Amino acid sequence: MAIEVRIPTILRNYTDGAKAVNAEGATLDELISNLESRHPGIKDRLVDQGNLRRFVNVYLNDEDVRFLGGLGTPVSDGDTVTVLPAVAGG
Amino acid sequence: MLSISQELVDKIVAHARADHPDEACGVIAGKNGVPERFIPMANAERSPTFYAFDSMEQFRVWREMDDRDEEPVVIYHSHTATEAYPSRTDVSYASEPDAHYVLVSTRDENEVEFRSYRILEGVITEEEVRFIP
Repeated sequence: MAIEVRIPTILRNYTDGAKAVNAEGATLDELISNLESRHPGIKDRLVDQGNLRRFVNVYLNDEDVRFLGGLGTPVSDGDTVTVLPAVAGG
Repeated sequence: MLSISQELVDKIVAHARADHPDEACGVIAGKNGVPERFIPMANAERSPTFYAFDSMEQFRVWREMDDRDEEPVVIYHSHTATEAYPSRTDVSYASEPDAHYVLVSTRDENEVEFRSYRILEGVITEEEVRFIP
């Protein structure tokens, strides 16, 4: 089993167009590093200087990980992680 | 070019007027690039100079679109004191390559400015809007 990661349109150039990919890890941080090894370049679009970029929202199942433990949030097999670009502006 | 029904335009403008002087924001969902379903969103910033979708509301709305095989055809927001042109912040956040970014200005009480843009990799391209009666 693995963790499904749902990828937004803007990042699908890193996943050969796939809407969802699998990755592994015990925390979100590990999961993203594992994702990076499979889809080089994607980590930089999600993480900046050890924190989630403010331009992206990352959800573990139905929860925004910012309200959980951020990159330290534990993840486990069968979970779904969803990445969405934040919609904001001035 | 964005083709959009006058009914949807009226809903966007009414939302923008109602939230003035704060910025209003939302989505028109649809299929194959045709805007159909009006989804007003809360402005989590409640600000006259900034807007942001609430992340949990966005999650629910995006999942619902996914379930219905829809996409965010239009992402709209209002400017309440300046023209309907994307700000630098709008450009830095824009990350739906297939969306029409609609801007409405409510700075004038009587006149409505309604304009649409593609924003790709930091480049703003204004497009024609065709209003369908």
